[in-house]
Amino acid sequence: MSNVDATDYHVAAVRAQFPIFEREVNGQPLHYLDSAATSQTPRAVLDAIADHEMHHRANVMRSIHRLAEEATEAFENARGQVAKFLNAASAQEVVFTSGTTGAINLVAYAFGSTLQTGDEIVISQVEHHSNLVPWQMVRDRHGVTLKVLPATLEGAVDLTALAEIVTPRTRLIAVTHGSNVSGAKTPVVPVVEAARAVGAKVLLDGAQRTPHGPVDVQALGVDFYAFSSHKTFGPNGVGVLWGRADALDTLPPFLGGGEMIRTVTMEETIYADPPHRFEAGTPPIAQAVGLGAALTWLGAQDLAGAAQHERRLTGRLIDGLGDIDNNRGLVRLIGPRELNDRLPVVSFAVDGLHPHDICQLLDGHGVALRGGHHCAQPLMDFFGLTGTTRASVALYNDDSDVDAFLSGLDAAIDLLTP
Amino acid sequence: MTNLYQKDVLRHAAAAGRAGRLENPDGSVMLDNPLCGDRVTIDVKVSAGKVSDISHDVKACVLCQASASILCDKAVGLDADTLDHVQSQIIGMLKQSAPAPEGDWEPLHVFKPVADHKSRHACVLLPFEAAIAAVRNAG
Repeated sequence: MSNVDATDYHVAAVRAQFPIFEREVNGQPLHYLDSAATSQTPRAVLDAIADHEMHHRANVMRSIHRLAEEATEAFENARGQVAKFLNAASAQEVVFTSGTTGAINLVAYAFGSTLQTGDEIVISQVEHHSNLVPWQMVRDRHGVTLKVLPATLEGAVDLTALAEIVTPRTRLIAVTHGSNVSGAKTPVVPVVEAARAVGAKVLLDGAQRTPHGPVDVQALGVDFYAFSSHKTFGPNGVGVLWGRADALDTLPPFLGGGEMIRTVTMEETIYADPPHRFEAGTPPIAQAVGLGAALTWLGAQDLAGAAQHERRLTGRLIDGLGDIDNNRGLVRLIGPRELNDRLPVVSFAVDGLHPHDICQLLDGHGVALRGGHHCAQPLMDFFGLTGTTRASVALYNDDSDVDAFLSGLDAAIDLLTP
Repeated sequence: MTNLYQKDVLRHAAAAGRAGRLENPDGSVMLDNPLCGDRVTIDVKVSAGKVSDISHDVKACVLCQASASILCDKAVGLDADTLDHVQSQIIGMLKQSAPAPEGDWEPLHVFKPVADHKSRHACVLLPFEAAIAAVRNAG
């Protein structure tokens, strides 16, 4: 099949920017379909990190010397690049964290400490553990009530339950922007409307959404947005919590230490303003620089073409699973059938076969997949599964990846099915 | 990659000898592998410290199924320390290039290729870990 889409999206030119695709795996070309776990990193990002570490490495906002000033400028420039990617009103609304998990835990701890017994937090059954366990901890620590929006049969957040679940005691609705299992996108407008009606805030887990292009947090109308660098073509070890200025201003700090203070005496501490109030200790500087470079790189791509390309490959994956099943009732697709309702994340279960066996055998074909519960055990329970196999697509994947996946899966089922 | 899935491994997994649950077990332990969601339940009946009956209920991969099948085929008459010794031999085989268990446990040789796949070691070991705990709990 052609690697040129109707939009003239040239995936080969994109793919050539990723050095990892020069290697082989088990004697096969690398077919990387695990970007929902960690995306690969383009040369532009690797170069930005190397340049920073080779020429500008120093701690930020402390020492008075040339390198420290350059490092501080690079770090704050990265904050600006994130703000631009999110269309934030100000770079001061961007907090660097260790990742999505770190960002959500920050809100859970800081916002949670403002809650009273009887207050309510709303999450959903679709959530990754990182947007579930921190809220259980808040529940146990502060005596708040945790309420759960159910999942639909397609693995989306069931928003028809908002009217019943959200009450005047609701203080926060924290849901995924798109599921890491089903790929189902969450329509944000009803969530924000339900929250606003009772004066509650909204947090979106954007970990699966940001790899597919910029997000407009002002248009979304949410209060907090969390995402990870390592899923968005940047390095590990850094992520982002965006918070609307008035939402961040009211939060107490999460971690204490250097960087997050204005004045410290033996008796008390006056905290810095956001975002530094929430960045105790030396931050991940080179990683933030790399993230900034990644978002700038992503923003410069043909994103409309990439979206259509990813949608076409996702459609091929879903159709191919149907062909393999061939009306045997063997392959169960998880997630929306309508491509516009899903991110390019395709989870499935094969009757009688364990995801790890499928992943292991596909690895022999050079195909990288993810198998297991995907840190979403309540959603697995909902589907009556212990795990699924997941193929996820990014803008560098091409038809050869889909072909290798489908032929490898066919062979794996033949081998493992008596 | 198919060396992990030799016919003998698939045969042991499919045989699933002693699959199911025991009625009124003296010891029963369920263990999860948090990495992948594998779940193994081992039930035992114990007489004078030794396994007199054993069963496995496995919701897991082929390697884990095969391991549970071999374990339950060989465990009757053994005490927890002996099973612990076999588990140590498996760990040696997988992690330290030590010789595979011999004698009654020679079928465990099918797991030699797993040594190269560290993320799968727990799949083989999980049934033994559950069985040893179940026998000790029964004691």
